[in-house]
Amino acid sequence: MRNRPVLVAFVLGAVAAAIGIALGLTIHWFPAQASTQAKKIDTLYDVLVVASVPIFVLVTTVVLFSVWRFRMRPGEEERDGPPIHGNTKLEVLWTAFPAALLISLCSYAYVVLRDVEKKPSGGATEMNVDVTGQQFEWKFSYPASTTGGAPVQATQLYLPQGQPVRFNVRSLDVIHAFYVPAFRLQIDAVPGQTTNLRATPSRLGTYVFACAELCGLGHPAMRTSVHVVSPAAFRAWLRSQQQPAGGQGPPPGGPGAPPGPGAPAPAAAGTGAPAAARRAGRSDARRRADAGARGADTLAGAGRPAGS
Amino acid sequence: MAAKLRAPGFYRAGTFTLGGVLFSLALTYLVRMSYGHGRFHHFIAPNAILTVSLIAAPLAFLVGLGAFDYWFYWAAGKPTRPEDHSSHGAHSWRDYFRVNTDHKVIGIQYTVTSFFFLLVGGLMAMLMRAELAQPGSQFVDSNTFNGLFSVHASLLIFLFIIPVFAGLANFVLPLMIGAPDMAFPRLNALSYWLLPIAGLMMIASFFAPGGSFASGWTAYAPLSDTAPIGQVFFTLAVQFAGASSIATALNFLVTIITMRAPGMSFFRMPLLVWANFATSLLVVIATPFIASSQFFILLDRGLGFNFFNAGRGGDVLMYQHVFWFYSHPAVYIMMLPGFGIVSEIIAVKSRKPIFGYRMMAFSLVAIVVLGFTVWAHHMFVSGMQAWIRIPMMITTAIIAVPTGIKIFSWLATLWKGVLHLDTPMLFALGFLTMFTLGGISGVMLAMVPLDIHVSDTYFIVAHIHYVLFGGSLFTIFAGVYYWFPKMTGRMFDERLGRMHFWLTFIFFNLTFAPMHIIGLQGMPRRVADYSSQYAGWNLVISLSSFVLGASILIFVYNIVSSWRGGPRAPANPWRGMTLEWQVSSPPPIFNFDAVPTVVGGPYEYGVPGAVHGIFKGGAEVKPAPAGTVARPARE
Repeated sequence: MRNRPVLVAFVLGAVAAAIGIALGLTIHWFPAQASTQAKKIDTLYDVLVVASVPIFVLVTTVVLFSVWRFRMRPGEEERDGPPIHGNTKLEVLWTAFPAALLISLCSYAYVVLRDVEKKPSGGATEMNVDVTGQQFEWKFSYPASTTGGAPVQATQLYLPQGQPVRFNVRSLDVIHAFYVPAFRLQIDAVPGQTTNLRATPSRLGTYVFACAELCGLGHPAMRTSVHVVSPAAFRAWLRSQQQPAGGQGPPPGGPGAPPGPGAPAPAAAGTGAPAAARRAGRSDARRRADAGARGADTLAGAGRPAGS
Repeated sequence: MAAKLRAPGFYRAGTFTLGGVLFSLALTYLVRMSYGHGRFHHFIAPNAILTVSLIAAPLAFLVGLGAFDYWFYWAAGKPTRPEDHSSHGAHSWRDYFRVNTDHKVIGIQYTVTSFFFLLVGGLMAMLMRAELAQPGSQFVDSNTFNGLFSVHASLLIFLFIIPVFAGLANFVLPLMIGAPDMAFPRLNALSYWLLPIAGLMMIASFFAPGGSFASGWTAYAPLSDTAPIGQVFFTLAVQFAGASSIATALNFLVTIITMRAPGMSFFRMPLLVWANFATSLLVVIATPFIASSQFFILLDRGLGFNFFNAGRGGDVLMYQHVFWFYSHPAVYIMMLPGFGIVSEIIAVKSRKPIFGYRMMAFSLVAIVVLGFTVWAHHMFVSGMQAWIRIPMMITTAIIAVPTGIKIFSWLATLWKGVLHLDTPMLFALGFLTMFTLGGISGVMLAMVPLDIHVSDTYFIVAHIHYVLFGGSLFTIFAGVYYWFPKMTGRMFDERLGRMHFWLTFIFFNLTFAPMHIIGLQGMPRRVADYSSQYAGWNLVISLSSFVLGASILIFVYNIVSSWRGGPRAPANPWRGMTLEWQVSSPPPIFNFDAVPTVVGGPYEYGVPGAVHGIFKGGAEVKPAPAGTVARPARE
């Protein structure tokens, strides 16, 4: 009889955990899955939810149960509890079990990490895209090896569905971060080095491409779009970009002069965000100019095509 | 007037501060002239004068206030009045505005000052939430917004959580180990007076040309290298706050090691003492790293050192490594003292010995050691060498094991106890559940692939607030309520205390839980504007945050009115066994009229006849029956 309340608490806890896990798995936590990587990361999250909910429920149940069962009743003001100093078996259990659980979660996460970052298998070729962050806009450059002709510059990212892509990410001034929530992928753009990211777009559509690292005044507006299109549409887009830019296009590799509003405008140019960002960031640009020779060095150093 | 200017105090401090500014002006003038700047107006460089002033003026202020008087007297061979206790104790509110060497006065100075900065920092959060209630730009521009979240975080980390724990421990720790004061009372006073300087400097940055520092509390280079002069206010304020932190930690270490009462072995120390011992180790080892990271920035900005200029061979990622080598252990600096507070409260309010006392102490030490091996988990997407991510993921996950031991031991302490569910206990239980959530999201963040997605999103904001608000702040409230009778000699209003707890608990969750969702959806943090798909949750968050912000007014009213006119507190309102409850409330000027002798563990509740400390000298104390405590001779 004495143990019945514990049994009740256990049952209630198990029910709460079950409901919590069910809720955790049915809620749409994430934006659309637009890359093959996203699916694996979402599954990892589901596993983490399944592992976490029971632990939280356990702690909460013990607290609520204690509050209900062991609270001081009138007349007990001077009473003390039993002098229990510890229990070695319990302590070993709650050291060893979480350690084992955490090690297995880490192993699984490691496998997922290897999986999302590995080279495409089975002879699939990777398409290279150079991404350059600068206060407060992104530029995408498709090198000749990708376009099969003249290189293409754009302010919005176009990717063919199903094609593994390797991004080479650079920054011209401060740290930015390449972040596409629909791909579940992020990497910092670091001045002075080239960082890399692999993605395989899997779902047609237009997604947000944001800067996730605070980079100054225009940071919130440093957004653009990723368009995942069919391979045929992608080739057509590349051709349309090559035609007007073909003759007097910027030299390969270098970002050249910043494209004005009228310069080789991509078909779907302009949400207006980059322009607004430039306005917002004018004072930042001034400050960079004030930094003088130092700033110029940074620009020259980081603007060169990647040596590595 | 002349006498006032000669005597230590605010008049002399003001004069000296002015002198410090003039000195900075002269120094920069001379240096620029000697380096051959050609024209007169080149000699007067406002940014250079401001930078040097921000170093010289505060130091001059401290000299003027009298923080160094004793050492100057001693160095000059003048009489130093070692037996003069005029700077002990507080007789009126004015005594709290002097360089006071009494640890109890300093503890209250620390705590009240920190809460002032909590209110300022919280107000900034309200302004941010007002701006974020809707997408678009409503109240503040982007620069002000970036300044608000940078100053908010800096104030609450360096001027609230870290020092308020130091303040509470300053008051109760010497009492708990049976010491008459801290080991270095004058250093203690100096540590305190460094704090308001750091805080005011951070707030004053809003008046700097170009606005306050706006590169986040992380101040990542090279953004902070090229930011307007407001950035220097952060760079230097951190030095003052850091120096204060290190000096206090050394003081705690020496006090704990050398000033324990007879019989107070390490394994008879209350867990709050253990927690502050562990925290002080972290502070002493880690804090120099943030100081150096900010010195790098200062040298880059002021003297063109190019530490973080990639174009001149600088290394941008080095800043992050040095910064996080402090700033991750700092999370434990902001949490371990809270563990100590909660251990005290849960044992006393459950009327049971703490479950697994030795494991509680060892897990603190384990966290100290492991805390230094996880820093790069803040840099999973930073572009550092990819292999570092794996060991850092494992250590980050493993540090949840000692933390889990603590959580489970507290739960086991509750089990079969006699729970007194008053305000301190409610906050302690609120901490237990909310900190568990923060710990769980922490383990999720340790998993590299998930962290890649949610880095720099609101998921991070949610996690850090579950740890620092649901974790640290709840323990701070618990501790303030718990020791309020001891510190002030008055009881607080229990009804208002409960109302404060429930409002805080409910609206804390309504404010920060939805941030997990918008974070997973991909809303970046540190943005004044956001896309309309996040508008619904942001409105909920903002409205909840206003109630959360208002709930602290109940706390402030309760504390102020109870301090002024609350009922007198008995010496031991909670029937605690630890030594601080065995003296009057507030304690006598040198804490103990007779030196206590410790004869048992600190949490022997329910053990028949157990006593923690006895007072020799006056009436002999007989071992008391269970539930009562040994009374000091003076009562």
